[in-house]
Amino acid sequence: MIELTYLRYEVLRTWRNRRFLLFSLVFPLVLFLTVAGPHKHVMVEHVSFPLYYMTGMIAWGTMVAVISSGARIAAERSVGWTRQLRITPLPTWSYFAAKIFCGYVMALLSMAVLFGAGSFIGVRLHASQWFVMIGLLLFGLIPFAVMGIMFGHLLKLDSLGPAIGGVTSLFALLGGAYGPLITGGFLFKVVKILPSYWLVQAGKSARDAGGWPVEGWVVIASWSLVLSVLAVRVYQRDTKRI
Amino acid sequence: MTDVAPTFTASDSIVAQGLTKSFGAVRAVRGLDLELRRGSTVALLGPNGAGKTTTIDMMIGLTRPDAGTISLFGRSPAEAVRAGMIGAMTQTGQLIEYLSVRELITMMAAIYPAPLDVEEALQISGADQFADRQTRKLSGGETQRVRFAIALVADAELLVLDEPTVALDVEGRRDFWSAMRAFAARGKTVVFATHYLEEADAYADRIVLMSHGRIVADGAPTEIKATVGGRIIRATLPGVDLATLHALTGVTGVDRKGDAITLNCSDSDATLRDLFATFPLIRDVEVRGAGLEEAFLELTVDDEATP
Repeated sequence: MIELTYLRYEVLRTWRNRRFLLFSLVFPLVLFLTVAGPHKHVMVEHVSFPLYYMTGMIAWGTMVAVISSGARIAAERSVGWTRQLRITPLPTWSYFAAKIFCGYVMALLSMAVLFGAGSFIGVRLHASQWFVMIGLLLFGLIPFAVMGIMFGHLLKLDSLGPAIGGVTSLFALLGGAYGPLITGGFLFKVVKILPSYWLVQAGKSARDAGGWPVEGWVVIASWSLVLSVLAVRVYQRDTKRI
Repeated sequence: MTDVAPTFTASDSIVAQGLTKSFGAVRAVRGLDLELRRGSTVALLGPNGAGKTTTIDMMIGLTRPDAGTISLFGRSPAEAVRAGMIGAMTQTGQLIEYLSVRELITMMAAIYPAPLDVEEALQISGADQFADRQTRKLSGGETQRVRFAIALVADAELLVLDEPTVALDVEGRRDFWSAMRAFAARGKTVVFATHYLEEADAYADRIVLMSHGRIVADGAPTEIKATVGGRIIRATLPGVDLATLHALTGVTGVDRKGDAITLNCSDSDATLRDLFATFPLIRDVEVRGAGLEEAFLELTVDDEATP
C-alpha cells in the first residue's frame, strides 16, 4: 500500500511540471483539432478519420506521459534524491509505483481531453465502447510505463529530453499515430509487433470487436515482460556500485 | 561459570565489529570496532579521507561493508531503515522540485511510521521561516535546513548527520547545533561527522577520532586530551638554555619567545617538580591541557607513516 499523502504530492509535482502538460496534452490536442477537424467525414481503414486520429493522438500523448513520469527518476537520481529515499522506509517498488501512477493520471487526463475534443468533432461511440477503449489503452501503456522506469536508470539528465522525444515519436510514427499506415507487405508485419500499433488500434478494436485480437494482447504482454526484465537489469546495474 | 552481566544490551546500542570497506585500491575503512549507547551524542572526528562518510554510509545501509557487521539496536541497517529508525542527512544532495518546503516535509513525514509534527520539524530546523517557498528557490544554507528538517521529521531513534554544517555560516552553525541539541534532549541517539574540532568538542559527549580508516582515539572530549597526555606549560624564565629545558623530566617539545618559554609535556606534574627545583626564580607559570587541535595533530600525523 502506497502512502496516500506521498502519492498526492507526487501527482501534484507532476501536475506543476508544465512541460508534462504541454507534451502529453496540449500538443496532441492541437494536432488533433487542426488535422482531424477539417476531415470529419473522411473514412480510413473502415474507421472515421476523427476516431482514428483521436486514438492516434491519445496513443502519442499517453506514451509521452507514462514514459516521462518514470524517466523523471533520472532527474531525482542526479540530485541525490533517490539516495535520500533509500534511507527512509519507503520501499523501492512504492517509489516506482508512484511514478507509474502519476504517468497514468496524466494519461487519463490526456484521454479525457481528447475524448472531449473527439466528441466535439463528431466521434460517436457507445458508453461500453468508450470503456473498452480506455481499458485497452491502459493495458497497452504498460510497456511504455516500464520503459520510463528503465530510462530513469539508464539515461543522464541532459539526454533525457531528446531520448523521450525521439523514442515516443518513432513509436508513434511506426505505430500509425500520426496517420494511417499502408497495410500489407513486410513492413506492416513488423509494425504489428510494436505496442504502439495496438495502442493506435484501441479505438477501432473497441468499436468493432470489443477488444484486440489475440495478437494484440500477445504483443503488449511480450513487450511488457521483456522490458520489465531489462528494467530490473538496468536498475540492478545502476545501484550495484554502492 | 558465571557470566558478567552486560551493562547494556544489543537492542540498546549500535555495535560495529571489524567494519571494512575498500573502493578499488583505497582502503576507506579498515576494521572498525565501535559501540555506541542509545541516547548518546557521538562525533566522528577526522580529516577528509579519514573514513567518516564511509562509516556513516555503512551504518545507514547505503554502503555494504566488505567485511564486518553492524547492528543498530539489534537490527541490520536495512531493517532499521525499513522500521523508520534512522533519520539521516547525508553529505551531499539537493531537493526535488515543484513543491514548497512545507509540502516536501509533509510528503516525507508520510512515509515514516511515527513522524514528528511537520510544523515542529520546520520550527526546530529553522525552515519555518521559508516554509511556503518553492524548494528550487532556496539558498545553500536554506537547503541544508530543509534537509535537516527531513532528517528530523522521521522522529527516528537515531539521527545521523554527515558534515551537516558545511554550507552554513557562523550564525547558521550555532542555530544548527542548538537545534540538534534540542532533538538529542528527547533521548535520541545522534551520530555526526565533522572535521571541525570545536564542533565535536562543544556538541558531542563522546568523540571518536578517525584517521586513515581507523579509530585512533575514542572517549569523552576530556579523555581524548588525556589520551595524548598533552599539557602545555608556559612561564617567564629569562636567559635559559633550550637544551637544558629539553633535558627536564617529561618534556617533549620546547619553544621560546624572548623571556617566555613554552614546554610541551607528556607528564606535566613531573616536569613542574623538576622545573621548580632547577629554576627557583621561574614566574608566571601557567599549565593548560592541550586543545583538541593539538591532540588531533599528534594522533593523526604519526599515522601517516603507517599505511
